[in-house]
Amino acid sequence: MRRKRIAPAAVIWLLVGAAYFFIPLIATLLFSLRKTSTGHCCSLAAYGYIVHDPQFWSTLRLSFQLALETIAISLVLFVPTVYWVHLRLPRLRPVLAFLALIPFVVPPIVLVVGLLDFYKGSPQWYYGSPYGFLATAYVILAFPYMFFSLDAGFRAIDVHTLTEASQSLGASWWTTMFRVILPNIRVAALGGAFLTLAIVMGEFTMASLAAFHTFPTFIQYVNETKAYPAAAVSLMSFGITWLAMLALLMVGRGRPGRVQIAGGH
Amino acid sequence: MAYLELRDLHRAFGSVVALKGIDVALEQGEFLSLLGPSGCGKTTALRLVAGFDRPDAGSILVDDKDVTRMSPNKRDMGMVFQAYSLFPNMTAAQNVEFGLKIRRHKRQARHSRVPELLELVGLGDAGNRYPHQLSGGMQQRVALARALAIEPRVLLLDEPLSALDAKVRVQLREEIRRIQLELGITTLYVTHDQEEALSISDHVAVMYGGRIEQMGTPVEMYNTPATPFVAEFIGTMNRLEATVVDGGDGEVDHKGTRLRVEAARGLPRGERVLVLIRPESLELEPAESGPGPEGGLVGEVLTHTFLGSTTRVKVIGAGVDLIADVPTSRIASVPVGMSVIARVPAEGVRLLSLAEQPASAEPVPAGP
Repeated sequence: MRRKRIAPAAVIWLLVGAAYFFIPLIATLLFSLRKTSTGHCCSLAAYGYIVHDPQFWSTLRLSFQLALETIAISLVLFVPTVYWVHLRLPRLRPVLAFLALIPFVVPPIVLVVGLLDFYKGSPQWYYGSPYGFLATAYVILAFPYMFFSLDAGFRAIDVHTLTEASQSLGASWWTTMFRVILPNIRVAALGGAFLTLAIVMGEFTMASLAAFHTFPTFIQYVNETKAYPAAAVSLMSFGITWLAMLALLMVGRGRPGRVQIAGGH
Repeated sequence: MAYLELRDLHRAFGSVVALKGIDVALEQGEFLSLLGPSGCGKTTALRLVAGFDRPDAGSILVDDKDVTRMSPNKRDMGMVFQAYSLFPNMTAAQNVEFGLKIRRHKRQARHSRVPELLELVGLGDAGNRYPHQLSGGMQQRVALARALAIEPRVLLLDEPLSALDAKVRVQLREEIRRIQLELGITTLYVTHDQEEALSISDHVAVMYGGRIEQMGTPVEMYNTPATPFVAEFIGTMNRLEATVVDGGDGEVDHKGTRLRVEAARGLPRGERVLVLIRPESLELEPAESGPGPEGGLVGEVLTHTFLGSTTRVKVIGAGVDLIADVPTSRIASVPVGMSVIARVPAEGVRLLSLAEQPASAEPVPAGP
């Protein structure tokens, strides 16, 4: 069989894209490897400084836990909602899509000020805890990413027929959801989860204004005080987020289940 | 007492009335097809039986038990859908096994039952394949096996063959009938394909406008249609509006041409009737031979349509618009453009009084 040749123009565009993506990373890496005393290459001192800072681990753990909590709440909240809208209330879909756009157009700074004011009278265990207030804010922030991912997933399957087929075989709503619907929107749910993880791991405005010390606020703190460790922590946060996404992918990966397309014979 | 009974079922969607009171009684092991054009209410009726929708009025009884308000997962009804409905995340075998797992059948029982069912539908070696690795016909076979796995009280099929090509459709419908007879399962089948309905059913109910126009055996439906709609929907039918001129002799007048029709005997003079003639009943002769004693309709051959052993001939004339089936071996005697006489046999012609026709005596979709 003849090997497919890649067009030279495609190779050039690929190289341009790769350069755009990798040059800043390489520059940051080179900068982070400079010695604190002389400013010359090469030393891992900046990385050592970061990993020996207890705040690095505590804020990283907090942000990661917040990301997982946000993903869990979003999935519990939005999967049944989007499922029900597709199944029974299709006329509400445009309304939900419009609502999902709001976090895009309202700046996080406005959102967090509004939320802080709105939840002012709520109990301290909620208002004063990142796992309460901040997680709520992050669910709102992640809403568009989760909604549009799930919406695309539900549109790719025949929700009505799969649900009715499952029910006609004796399955309850619960069984239908967990054994028929969820496995078939897994890729969409994973996509939403990836985006949510990336957003929460990098969200600074809300955490900072609500006075919670998360990983992005730690990066900002290092950035203001130490030049080389700041580059190191930026690269590390990048790597950690990618690793977390890979881990999610591994956890969510299952048997093949391609969406079937009607037609043919 | 019938095994499956639909009693005076009504269903409306806003201002659209889908069912206007249908009654069906089906004995155990019988195969009934609900046949009709799009929008006639046949799928609505099936969905009510399956429990996916609730009727506004009326009731559904299975084995004398009212299941009208029962949720679909408690009804024990296997269903095969028009759209491919296999669970994409499961193999063919897992799809078939699904209903058994829900019913908490033991693993050993499941693992012996699934291959049996796949074998029954001719897919003994496809158990490990995912739906996207199966053709449409294979998917519908697996869907059938999955529906049969739960040993349903009633098997419901909602146009399961409509997405398949003609050859597979014929093959699969025969298999559905074979399996249905083998298992003796009460079956309700929805289709808009009259050939499909007539070929595999014990009974056919023709629906139109939310009502059952007529229900009977396929032979009854074909030979003695009760309404013009049924007459045209099942097979092809020539319709001639006529007036009885001599009830004693069975003579009717169609636009100045007198025809002798046995069924018109005893009807009062002046009564408006609809004469229904199957294309295969008409005989065409060259016009030079002149009208015979029982008369005939004169027209010109407009087209020939080759159908294999017969050729369908369209005849157009003054007040004449007929379709006749002529054996292909004799088609040379009535070439296109020739003036012909279409002789209407006195017997074997169906007559409907226009005075007592329901609303569907109005224009109906043309036959094939």
